[in-house]
Amino acid sequence: MSWLIALRAILHREALRFVGQRGRLVAALVRPLVWLFVFAAGFRAALGLSITPPYQTYITYETYIVPGLCGMILLFNGMQSALSLVYDREMGSMRLLLTAPLPRWWLLFAKLLAGTLVSILQCAAFLAIAALWGIVMPWQGYLAVIPALALGGLMLGALGLMLSSVIRQLENFAGVMNFVIFPMFFLSSALYPLWKMAESSPLLRDLCALNPFTHAVELIRFALYGQMNLPALGWVALALAGFAGAALWGYDPARGMQGRKG
Amino acid sequence: MTDQGLSITGVGYRYGAKRALEGVTLDVAPGRFCALLGPNGAGKSTLFNLLTGLFSTRKGRICVAGQDIARAPRAALARIGVVFQQPTLDLDLTVRRNLLYFAALHGIAGREAERRAAEVLDRLGMAERAREPVRNLNGGHRRRMEIARALIHRPAVLLLDEPTVGLDAAARMAITDHVHDLADQGLAVLWATHLTDEVRDSDQLAILHQGRILACGETAALRGSEPLREMFLRLTATAPFILAEISSGGGAAGTVGGRQPPGDRGHP
Repeated sequence: MSWLIALRAILHREALRFVGQRGRLVAALVRPLVWLFVFAAGFRAALGLSITPPYQTYITYETYIVPGLCGMILLFNGMQSALSLVYDREMGSMRLLLTAPLPRWWLLFAKLLAGTLVSILQCAAFLAIAALWGIVMPWQGYLAVIPALALGGLMLGALGLMLSSVIRQLENFAGVMNFVIFPMFFLSSALYPLWKMAESSPLLRDLCALNPFTHAVELIRFALYGQMNLPALGWVALALAGFAGAALWGYDPARGMQGRKG
Repeated sequence: MTDQGLSITGVGYRYGAKRALEGVTLDVAPGRFCALLGPNGAGKSTLFNLLTGLFSTRKGRICVAGQDIARAPRAALARIGVVFQQPTLDLDLTVRRNLLYFAALHGIAGREAERRAAEVLDRLGMAERAREPVRNLNGGHRRRMEIARALIHRPAVLLLDEPTVGLDAAARMAITDHVHDLADQGLAVLWATHLTDEVRDSDQLAILHQGRILACGETAALRGSEPLREMFLRLTATAPFILAEISSGGGAAGTVGGRQPPGDRGHP
């Protein structure tokens, strides 16, 4: 019972912070919207898309990148929470959390879930704006995408948590941009299908195929059309298990936190 | 060794090759205010991280209200109230919301949480601030609120890591007085500081320097006729000499009221 009380409180706190910081929502939405309205508009003529699953007809480039931009929201949120921990902005509240009389894995899971909840709300707002713009998905897609966003968000949040526990020399946001966000985003199927990438470089295509972010995007893409992409689900679940395990290891008081003095 | 307060026995800790704590032994009984006095870098925060389970060590033993933090961390953490050196408040949330959040982390919800939040705010003289966002509070009130929060689950031991850092003299004195009152009401209090004017003659005093306890006992008995500040500067400035004196059984500091840890008798 006390576990659920704590989980509810952690989710509630994150939701209150989200509602209280309207700037955070606007900032989180501006990024994918700029990509959707500006980048996609400029890029649509340069990239010809063939009909590949889950699409059954020709689609505009804007339609193609919507799942990738949902993934971008999840990715940035995961990394931002990692950065706030690295820079001690959130470290105080993390200390408070970790000294609660509950199992550490549960507390970290609750924190991850809270971050994911916020990401899902942001994705919902983004999908609503995209729908107003005319990029409408089948209605069942809007329901099916929720668990896909949750799983992808948990996976990327766990990656952020892992990074926050093991990396202490992230100089600034540019470091994360260069070494995590950009490679993950561009080496994925968010902006271009993998077969298109293979035309340029089979090696890059293979790297894209290994990238868990690619699979999170594909999971979201298929879910938006009410379909299940089992290989993507498996990859994302595997990556989630790996990152979560590493984050738990990193926050183990006997090991990973040792270098964090003070 | 105390069953209801805080008991630290022979605790050591290293950051890689660097020794941060060695052979730290200290008991704080219920109703006692123990000042852990040490200069910056003495190891106070490391000790607090061990006491709160953020770090763990195989060297030594820490018990809170009879619960070993290594064997029963959750039971031990349930009996600890802690005020960290760095603020851990949500500035955008109200005082009440902050308290309810923390209560929930300890499994207290609903009316009981509301009742306890009101109770601790009243205890710290902050009942009228409950609905204000924490951002509106000054530094002294924020600290007082953190102390109130640390009491909401009715702990047996209250840990405060340099809680007066950054506060003006009046706020410092008010907080120090409040926490002394809490000790008088039966809590075992461990108060880490580097400021000698926060320590009263009737307090238990432990001087920590370079990871070791140099002296432990009642302040009045330890300092004798010497002002505490002078004694503290003398001890921490000439630590190797004093340590040599202690290990040979002489010296002014001694371990008055302290215990020798098993297997770690005498300091090198």
